[in-house]
Amino acid sequence: MGAVHLLLSVLAWNDPPGGGWLGLDALGRVFLGITSLVFLAASVYAVSYLRDEPAGMQPDMGGEDPFSNAKESVFVGCLLLFLASMTLVCASRHLTLLWVAIEATTLASAPLIYFHRHRRSLEATWKYLLVCSVGIGLALLGNFLLVLAAARGASGGAEVLWLDGLAHGPELDPHWLRLAFILLVVGYGTKMGLVPLHTWLPDTHSEAPSVVSALLSGALLNCAFLGILRAVQICAGAGQATFAQHVLVGFGLLSMAVAALFLLNSRDTKRMLAYSSVEHMGILALGVGLGGGGVFFALFHALNHSLCKAAMFLVAGTFLSTFRTRLVARLGGAIHTLPIAGGVWVAGFVALSGTPPFGLFLSELGVLRAGLQVNPWIAAAFLASLATAFVGMARVVLTVALGPPVLVPPVRESWGKSLPPLALLALALMLGLSVPAWLAEGLRQAAALVGVS
Amino acid sequence: MTGTVDFLLVSMILANLWVLGSSRLPSCIRALAFQGVALGLLPFALYPGHITWDLVMLALISITLKAVVFPHLLKRALLEARVDPQVEPFVGHGVSLVVGVASLALSVALFRRHPLPIVPPSDLLMPVAVSTLLVGLFVLIARRKALTQALGYLVFENGIQAFGLGVLKHAPLMVELGILLDIFFAVFVMGITIFHIRRAFATLDTLEMAELRG
Repeated sequence: MGAVHLLLSVLAWNDPPGGGWLGLDALGRVFLGITSLVFLAASVYAVSYLRDEPAGMQPDMGGEDPFSNAKESVFVGCLLLFLASMTLVCASRHLTLLWVAIEATTLASAPLIYFHRHRRSLEATWKYLLVCSVGIGLALLGNFLLVLAAARGASGGAEVLWLDGLAHGPELDPHWLRLAFILLVVGYGTKMGLVPLHTWLPDTHSEAPSVVSALLSGALLNCAFLGILRAVQICAGAGQATFAQHVLVGFGLLSMAVAALFLLNSRDTKRMLAYSSVEHMGILALGVGLGGGGVFFALFHALNHSLCKAAMFLVAGTFLSTFRTRLVARLGGAIHTLPIAGGVWVAGFVALSGTPPFGLFLSELGVLRAGLQVNPWIAAAFLASLATAFVGMARVVLTVALGPPVLVPPVRESWGKSLPPLALLALALMLGLSVPAWLAEGLRQAAALVGVS
Repeated sequence: MTGTVDFLLVSMILANLWVLGSSRLPSCIRALAFQGVALGLLPFALYPGHITWDLVMLALISITLKAVVFPHLLKRALLEARVDPQVEPFVGHGVSLVVGVASLALSVALFRRHPLPIVPPSDLLMPVAVSTLLVGLFVLIARRKALTQALGYLVFENGIQAFGLGVLKHAPLMVELGILLDIFFAVFVMGITIFHIRRAFATLDTLEMAELRG
């Protein structure tokens, strides 16, 4: 199924369908491609993952409270619904339809998070449902305010919600437009995990089955980011790009700084990855906020981050099923026990921290350059957060991979579980070595669509 | 038709106060159903000249969902999970009522100071919508049970829908249906989750769910 979706996405990349409610523009194309790639890897992984999951009751991580799993049929069904709703997000040409699709992603993924039926995952699911539903409700209000902003224009009102004719120029009332933009950013930013709206994210990403965490981090957060980009498009079309950019720079820097501080103190592998996602979402917001080359690199960053983060979450899942714990204090020597997964784990960390030769190095450098052009202090804050995050992650990753081994004999690794993260990481490496011309062109078109200078 | 509009809007305000002041969950659920009916009838009273078949169908679906299906789902969650029907607020009922009235006053003052760029079909509509939205958020924060949080979310959604009525004469049918479908599934999923919460934690008190932090 994942393969079919990827095939269709490739076809859609070359020949974007359009018109009416649904259609793919350059931006939608980029995000659909990312979603599709990550889903393919996750679905291959899911096959072996579900096979290895014991039927019936199993002991909890800490040993107390045995739990069982939800039905596999429900899990797979929700996985497909999740993919469908994310595809709809990428293909929506109307802002309210986009809203409907993003809310649908929340609802389709909630049962996925509660696959392991224990108390912690239930708590995470409830938090996720409520925080995201309310957040996204605010985005709907933002949509209505957009209509208000356009009410005095010649075409009047509801036309503004279509993404086709974006050149509204000064027709939009700036005050209401700004209010609408803030609500949209708060709404979709909740889903994307921007600080201070990120509270659900670490819980959900750590408690969900790792396949789902990979999808949440690699695909879902990007879909929410697309929602924000659509709002930026409208602002830029109405000549309010500067305001939108200031808001995004603020959210971006705050997200990076707070996430970096939490990373310093992380004791749990999957929570660490979740906070790292918050940090990288901050980089995306910052890149778009800085404008110039920043937009292009933000999109490139989204692609690379998805590949690496999905690989890391899948590996974290393999660790979890082998060692039966996520606590760093009880992990160690993974590279001896699981050579392939451990190798991917270290390489993935190198990639995520923005070290060459991986693609994230290029994109972070690009965002840094955009920052230097705008304001050196922004660039300094950006670098400080990156360095802090690096220190925090390095401690955890290296302890887990190279620390004193807890399980000495190497465990046989199944290809179903090690191939997907390897492939994702290999792609990220290729992107770091050379960006194919068609991809660069696609990203450039997408960045131009966002419309900030 | 101003009389009818005002009547429906005042009904919505009353439902808000009812939710805030009631100490029993079944009573809160009835208030929600009542608000659903008032909200469902509003478009007819607001735009008497624009009644089409689409609109009637939509209103019927909306009323069925908000006045019958959602309350039924919540009640079933209440019965099956054998929840203690007390509301258990963080903030007392008296103070909650004051907050409800204050939110209305605040909304009225807000729209006085910042007039809308359009002429809404009724002066009261926008303030009531914003006040309903705020009350929903307040219930979400100020009540401890998972079930009351779901209830607060629904009141919040009602507020947003009322706001939308003032802005758009009618959104495209597909969009309205999509929004309703989403809210329906939200309630559905929340209902199931509430049931599981009760089983796993033996309570619906969200304060008990505090293992995840850091």
